[in-house]
Formats: sequence, structure tokens, C-alpha cells
Amino acid sequence: MMKAISRSMFAASMMLTAGAAFAANTDVTVGLQLEPPHLDPTSAAAGAIDQVLYSNVFEGLTRFGPDGSVNPGLAESWTISDDGLSYTFKLRAGVKFHDGSDFEATDVVFSLDRARAEDSVNAQKALFAGIASVEALDAGTVKVTLSDANGSFLFNMAWGDAVMVAPESIDDIKSNPVGTGAFRFDSWSRGDKIELARNEDYWGTPARIEAATFKFISDPTAAFAAMMAEDVDVFYSYPAPENLMAFEADARFTILSGSTEGETILAMNNKQAPFDNAKVRAAVSYAIDRNAIIDGAMFGFGTPIGTHFAPHNPDYVDLTGNSAYDPEKARALLAEAGLADGFKTTLKLPPPSYARRGGEIIAAQLRAVGIETEISNLEWAQWLEQVFRGYDYGLTIVSHTEPMDIGIYARPEYYFQYDNADFQTLIADLAVEADPGKRSGMLKQAQTVISEDYVNAYLFQLAMVSVVKTDLKGIWENAPTQAIDLTSVYWAD
Amino acid sequence: MAEKSILRLALSSRNLIIGLALSLVFVIAGLLSFLWTPYDVTMLDIPSRFQTPSAAHWLGTDHFGRDILSMIMVGARTSIAVALVAVGIGMGLGVPLGLAAAARKDSLLDDLIMRGNDLVFAFPSLLIAILITAVFGPSALNAIIAIGVFNIPVFARLVRGAALSLWTLDYVLSARVAGKGAARISFEHILPNVANLLIVQGTIQFSLGILAEASLSYVGLGAQPPIPSWGRMLADSQTMISLAPHMALFPGLAIVLTVLGLNLAGDGLRDLFDPKLRKART
Repeated sequence: MMKAISRSMFAASMMLTAGAAFAANTDVTVGLQLEPPHLDPTSAAAGAIDQVLYSNVFEGLTRFGPDGSVNPGLAESWTISDDGLSYTFKLRAGVKFHDGSDFEATDVVFSLDRARAEDSVNAQKALFAGIASVEALDAGTVKVTLSDANGSFLFNMAWGDAVMVAPESIDDIKSNPVGTGAFRFDSWSRGDKIELARNEDYWGTPARIEAATFKFISDPTAAFAAMMAEDVDVFYSYPAPENLMAFEADARFTILSGSTEGETILAMNNKQAPFDNAKVRAAVSYAIDRNAIIDGAMFGFGTPIGTHFAPHNPDYVDLTGNSAYDPEKARALLAEAGLADGFKTTLKLPPPSYARRGGEIIAAQLRAVGIETEISNLEWAQWLEQVFRGYDYGLTIVSHTEPMDIGIYARPEYYFQYDNADFQTLIADLAVEADPGKRSGMLKQAQTVISEDYVNAYLFQLAMVSVVKTDLKGIWENAPTQAIDLTSVYWAD
Repeated sequence: MAEKSILRLALSSRNLIIGLALSLVFVIAGLLSFLWTPYDVTMLDIPSRFQTPSAAHWLGTDHFGRDILSMIMVGARTSIAVALVAVGIGMGLGVPLGLAAAARKDSLLDDLIMRGNDLVFAFPSLLIAILITAVFGPSALNAIIAIGVFNIPVFARLVRGAALSLWTLDYVLSARVAGKGAARISFEHILPNVANLLIVQGTIQFSLGILAEASLSYVGLGAQPPIPSWGRMLADSQTMISLAPHMALFPGLAIVLTVLGLNLAGDGLRDLFDPKLRKART
């Protein structure tokens, strides 16, 4: 009798836990290190805004797929004129914003005109610079005319900065974003979390989970604890690679290691002596052992690069051979540059561990060839002020996470101050070239030029390492853009 | 009191002996590090990282494969140097200010000095330190200045309080009658009589200075890499505590033992110098 009771109680409790587990499996909690400053992706550069909202709440005419490909978004198809100057987008029918208003051609005109306006605060105004006019042909058709042919226009329109917004809800967008995506914004407790709920009227395939919570945990130790306690289901871009071994050994978790657009470089101040001498820059590049940095600072997560280009891109050229680790050669180059006794410089490091830890390793490697560095650890605000805007540095380490950003080398005022007229012409030509074969050749040439000029020492491509509950499927492995697309995430039974 | 009996008293004070012994261990480790450390602390050896204590590495290695014992030895040097100079600044400026305030009691000068001290004292000391290092940039030098500044009022108040009671004594009065000026009296008669207080307080402030240096370098505002410092060693170990607990244990122990040692020594010294306590004991 007792046995029977206990058995039935056991069964009941099993059913209860199974029920609880089932109930918990309709939502997802995502851990993120950085909290967005506000919720308008079209007026700030902060990557955290796109991470929460891109594709989940806001959509653009085109959208990035998990592999970085550009796919139809709110535009279901488009035609391009023969001269490459005008794009006619056919919009999806029956799309509604979360406030119930219809998404129509006028919203596209509003969004693009707002982004490219004189007083626009869009962080990536360059994406819209080539647009001459935007007109609504009818409620479901929009024609965009460019002033010059632009091979990457559809790519540009997939960025988080180019998402579609509505004039009705634009005033409150920073605290109450209204988009067309598979999730609608629910609530935001500042300093803690943002909650999204499934959009039941979504035009496309509805999301498989009902609700999503983004929890902001800046401290890596707290992130570790939250993950281990299963308070979060996925920690996107996990901040402490040293803990990954512990997760790897735990069957509850899976580690997703993918590629990012983050080229991590040791930037050199090309206008400051002695880095104005290409031989000195080459010496620095040869003095650095990339594998030691990837191993020591990133615990093996990262891919060596020899130029400012993502290795997963089909046009990538492996140029690591241009600066293979060779301290003897570094010393010889320093001697040729008249600095046989080495020199002293500053190494300014922003907070991420790739910079702080990588900096200590690089300092030791440079010391071995006679270059003494004075390390200063800076907060981001100080780094932006002193390094990025003030040019007051010799060396710095930073990861450039924007996709396809080799064009920054054509901007002489950019913080590493590389000024090469030929390269600038090449990038200007590339911008108007639409032929894929020629574009590929030009991109390869651009990579080679900056590698052979040793503009910066190219270290490694930042790995995108996320820790995910093993049962949670559909999280993007790679990060072609700053996005945590939850539209196709689901729990395996 | 004869010197012999002070020495005997000192030897019979358990606090003082243990305190001095603990402090001396770290002072000697720091001094020794100028001449010799088991390994070069600026040399990274990544393949041998996260080693637990062994015969080759007595306290193990850190995330860059550096020898933790060597880093603690050099870190002792950083801590002691920062704390020593900071206490020096505090004493060097605070003592004359306190003497001056006592000599001109209730004057405008007294008010200026003591209210100025109150102002500095009103801010939590670490906040001032963070303010200074945030404005002038993080470095060991700025940490010294920051810690030194908040030591000034401690000594100024202590000296003023003690000096005020001394000024009412007969021998000071006779010195005044003999025509000695306030400055001369302060330095010839007052200062020697507050010296024991200063030694005791100096020891306590020294331990607080070590703690402050560790706190500042923990948040990245103290000595910058590659100079090892105990606070930064702790900060580095924070995310690795599940992986390599010894990385946090040893620098933590170094801080605790040094501060404990200095506090015990301070206590022992106070017992030794305080006439009332001394009388009670004999």
C-alpha cells in the first residue's frame, strides 16, 4: 500500500516537473553583456540595440541570413535598372506594424528620407549617401534612385541602421520601438532586462517561442554564475573565454563558436614617429606572434588574419605570410629604420579582455625585439577621446566589428591616419563597381595593399563564442551583423 | 624608563612580535625581489599557464604562465613602496599642519587648516583616490598621490589633538617665557612628545595604504601592467576562479597577512608607547 502511494506520488511529481519544464520551454532568456542606451537602431551606433531589435522587432527591405547572405526582407522582390541606378522594390502585402497600422510604400519613403536627411543622426549615414530620391509608385511599390551605381546597395539596406520605421510611432521609438518583426517590444527595466513578446499578426512564419527576455549582465563572473544556475538559456558572445572549458565539460551546455566581422588589430598611429616609417610598422608586425595571442588571450578562440578582412568572406586573401612571426627580421627592420636600440611608445588598451590580455602579451613580444611600451588601461569613453578622436597614442588594440569595413583605410582622418591616394582611388572605384568579378578582384587588391603597407598589425578575427543550452536550437553560430535573430529559435523536445 | 626594559616589554608583546614578523616577511620578499626572483615576471610562458603549486612553481603559475611567487615578491615591492611614500606624504604635510593649527589655536589659520581637513575627510578616501586617478590617468604615481592626500587629515587631526594638551603644560610655558617662538616650541618640544603617537598611527595608515593600493589596482587605477601588483593579480584571477583558484588565493593571502601583520604591529607599538598601559602592565 505504502509502496503504491509513494509510486503514484512519484509519478505525479514527475508529471508536475515535466509540466513545469514544458511550460518553461516556450520562452528564451538571452544573456548579453551590454545594455542598449536606447531602442532606436536608426540613430545610434551601439551594437546592443541591433542585438536586441534587429530582425526580431525591426526589419529592413532586405535582411541578413545567418551566413551573411542578403535575403528579401520587407521587400519581397526587386528589379534593378540596366544602368544600376534605380531599384524598384515590391513590398510584401499585408504587413502591419505592431501598433496595427499598415506598412506601406510611404513608410519606406519616410524611413529612407529620415535616414539620409541633412539633420539625420543615423550612425551609418554613408549607407544612404548614394540615394538621390525615394518615391512611392503605389502602396506596394517603391523606387529608389541612386546618384551613382552602388554594388552594395542591397547589402546596405540589410543593415540594422536601415530598418523600416513608421512616422506614427517615431517620436517614442527610443523607449517604445514599433516595428514589423516577429516579436513586439513588451517592456524594459533599465539596468536589468528587455522583454519581447511574440507578434501574433506576423506577416511571415511566426516565431516558435512565445516570449524572449534579454538580460544584461556586464560582469563576466556573474555571467558565469547565471549560466551555471540556468538563469539564462543562451549567453551571446560570452565575455570570458577562460570559462569555456567548464561549459564544454558540462552536458547541459553547447558552445557555438562562429566567425564575426570583428577584425582585431594592433593599430598604429601612422602619422606619429616612428610609425610613419613603413619599416617600423613592418617590424612591429613581424615581432608579433598571433598564435600566442589567440592562445593566451582568447584561449584558442580566434582565426589569425593578415589583413583587415573577414576570413569567412569568399574574397578573403590569406596574407598572414606577409608578417609571419619572425623576431630576428623585426630587429633587422628596426636597425634598417635607424632604431637598432629600439624605442619607447604607448599602448592604450580599451576594456575588453582581447585588448587587456592581448596587450600584455604584445607588450612582452615587442619588448623581446627592443620596443618598450607603456601600457595604459582606458575605459571606452577615454579611449574614444584620446585614441579615436584625439590621435594621442602610439599603439592600441581594438576589434573592428562592422561588416566589410576595409573602406576605413581610405579615410585619412580615421584614427590610424593612413593616407594613401592610390588606395583611396581604389575604394572610390569599388563603390561604383557593380560587376561581381571585378569587385572581387578589387577587394583582394585592397587587402593586399594594406597588408603590404603594414598599416596596422592584423592579429585575429574575433570568434563569436556563445554558450547555449543544449536543447535550444536555431541560435546563429556566426555573426554576420550585430543581431541575435530569435525568429527561428526553438526548444528541442 | 631604561631601554633594556622597553626591549624586554617589546619581546613580551605577542602582538608586536607576530605583527613585525609577518610584516618583515613581506618587506624582505620585496627587497629580495630587487636582486632575485625565482622567475622573470615580465616573461610570459603561455604553454605552462594555470599550473598548481609544485616544486618548480611554489605557488603555481597564472593565466600567462608567470610564476605567482615571483609576482607576489615584486608585488610586495609595489605595495610597500606606494604605501610608504603615501604615508610619508600624509605625515610630511599633515604633521606640520597639525602643529601649526595647535600653535595658533582658534585663529583663522587653525580654522582654515582644520576645516580644510574636514573637507577632505568628508569624502570617502577611495572616492578621492578614484577622482584623482580618473583625472590624471591611472599610474602608480597617481595612486601614491591619491592615497597620500587622504592621509593628510588623519595626521593633522592626531597631531593637533595631542599638541593642544601639550601646549598647556608647564615646560611649554617655560619655553615660551624663555622667548622661544611657536615654531621652535612645536618642533623642539611638541613634536618629540607626539612621536610615539605618530609611529603607531603611521603603522596603521601604512596597512590602510597597502589595502588602498590593492583596491585601486584591483579596479585598474594603480600600477599598470607589466608591473605586478597584488590588486591586479586578484582582478585577473576573478573570472578564472573556477579554473585556477590558486590564482586568487595567494595574492589574497599576501594582502591579508601584510595588513594583519601591520595592524598587530601597530597595536603592539601602542601598548608599548602608551604610558597608562605601560604602567598597568608593570
